[in-house]
Amino acid sequence: MSATSRRRILRTEPTWLRRGLIGLALLLTFLFIVLPLAAVFIQAFDKGWAVWQAAVTEENARSAILLSLLVTGITVPLNVVFGLAAAWTIARFQFKGRNVLLTLIDIPFGVSPVVSGLIFVLVFGAQGWLGPWLGDHDIQIIFAVPGIVLATVFVTFPFVARELIPLMQSQGSDEEEAAIVLGATAWQMFRRVTLPNIKWGLLYGVVLCTARSLGEFGAVSVVSGHIRGLTNTIPLHVEILYNEYNYTAAFAVASLLSVVAVVTLLLKKVLEWKTREARV
Amino acid sequence: MRLTVSVILAAAFSSVLFGATPVKLLNVSYDPTRELYQDFNAAFAKYWKAKTGVDVTVNQSHGGSGAQSRSVIDGLQADVVTLGLAYDIDAIAEKAKILPANWQTRLPNNSTPYTSTIVFLVRKGNPKHIKEWADVVRDGVAVITPNPKTSGGARWSYLAAWGFGLRHNNNDDAKARAFVTKLYKNVPMLDSGARGSTTTFAQRGIGDVLLSWENEAHLALKEFGADKFEIVYPSESILAEPPVALVDKIAAKHGTTEVAKAYLNYLYSDEGQEIAARNFYRPRNEKMAAKYAGQFPKLTLFNIDQTFGGWQKAQAKHFADGGVFDQIYGAK
Repeated sequence: MSATSRRRILRTEPTWLRRGLIGLALLLTFLFIVLPLAAVFIQAFDKGWAVWQAAVTEENARSAILLSLLVTGITVPLNVVFGLAAAWTIARFQFKGRNVLLTLIDIPFGVSPVVSGLIFVLVFGAQGWLGPWLGDHDIQIIFAVPGIVLATVFVTFPFVARELIPLMQSQGSDEEEAAIVLGATAWQMFRRVTLPNIKWGLLYGVVLCTARSLGEFGAVSVVSGHIRGLTNTIPLHVEILYNEYNYTAAFAVASLLSVVAVVTLLLKKVLEWKTREARV
Repeated sequence: MRLTVSVILAAAFSSVLFGATPVKLLNVSYDPTRELYQDFNAAFAKYWKAKTGVDVTVNQSHGGSGAQSRSVIDGLQADVVTLGLAYDIDAIAEKAKILPANWQTRLPNNSTPYTSTIVFLVRKGNPKHIKEWADVVRDGVAVITPNPKTSGGARWSYLAAWGFGLRHNNNDDAKARAFVTKLYKNVPMLDSGARGSTTTFAQRGIGDVLLSWENEAHLALKEFGADKFEIVYPSESILAEPPVALVDKIAAKHGTTEVAKAYLNYLYSDEGQEIAARNFYRPRNEKMAAKYAGQFPKLTLFNIDQTFGGWQKAQAKHFADGGVFDQIYGAK
């Protein structure tokens, strides 16, 4: 067999196989993604627009939406700062323990969200390490907003850093060094050189971080205490409505999260494209 | 005259200063009481406003009774707990020491203002002919019940089956165990709370029979339509006593002891009892029990103290780690 013919065989699978694989992929995408997403919206608007509107503006739903926005509003800026600092440290410096730091950043990806929540109960709960001290000083962390923020920050920690590290590594530090040599201060260098170079990657990380903050269920469920109107985020509120046989309202509120997911997907596509441009 | 005016002024002032401050209570409760406390909280707020002029908002947290108990131990700031069974409040007293060990003696009827029992919810027409506990353990009957480790209702169901096994085998513990083992062989999955199991059975259509709180079964009938399910009362079941308690230290810290006590006492009032009955909990008050007698069929109810020697003993033997439940469900 000649080399060319072998190459041809390697490249071209029989038509039935190619079509079959494409068909299978399309079928699975339809079954597992399109159909459930459609089901959410169909259920949500099952009883009409007015019922949907009532469900998402009802008092407990409103407080859940506000709480989710508050938590996301605190979590995302924190993780932007953490992520920038971590990526900067790892991409620009060689030091002992660099790989350890890289691994540590990834921990939240590997840990089940329920465990992430339990960690905070073990540390800040009434029977936890800091529990008695916090109790004496009347500071409530678990089963209150601070605990929900902590759990969310933990779970979403890697998103910004993980996005920036490869980007900053591939770009190298030449331009930054040039800026310093030309007399820029550190802040000027960051603002005029580093930030413009990484902005699309940073935004990509922010989008992922925002989506996960709004949608996180497991870790938040453990530390929330489920007090309606006070410590229920949007996903927890969906669960409560579902458990109260309020299926239409549950799917109405879930449809908000689905919209977030779809918007995230679109933004992700745009930003992926922009990041690739920045990398070249 | 001047005295009266100044008294009125003082009263008006103090009501502006103190009376207008709304009070907040947190009631940490178990799974199926959502509708009950939604009604009761509104009634109590009205009563308290009329009596003292103070607005009171009662916040609710619901979940499996055991899981809720764990949350209060870990610091969930409950002024009152209204859980599925006494052991879960014992655990709070024991582990967190925020209410006294004798909490159950502080309110009438073992601190249980309403009772319930475990009944069967089956599909319309009862296609598997489930009439009695003995039918639930038959081969080919799929039984839905939550996890006794986290759910109060599931523990009552387990003990109801065990009690039936004892009473029909001359109190032979080994035979009762065999009976319950056979029952759990018929359980395809364990949800963490009663509400999850009801949803599994009613909404997702899994299983032939749901072992359910009586009130939860009636609610399912109301929510999903009486044309889809029916309630079957076995000849005997357990007297389930879901207790309530003030969490002394947390209420004291919040300055809510007085209103929290009034809240629990109001459960025993005619109005509280009527709300309980309307939500299918069996009232303690004889007047209300008589008024709603038609809604609660009579059946033989055995209680936990006589049949199992109390919750502490039952919990240690059956539901502790490595206990009988773990042995029979692990061996499944």
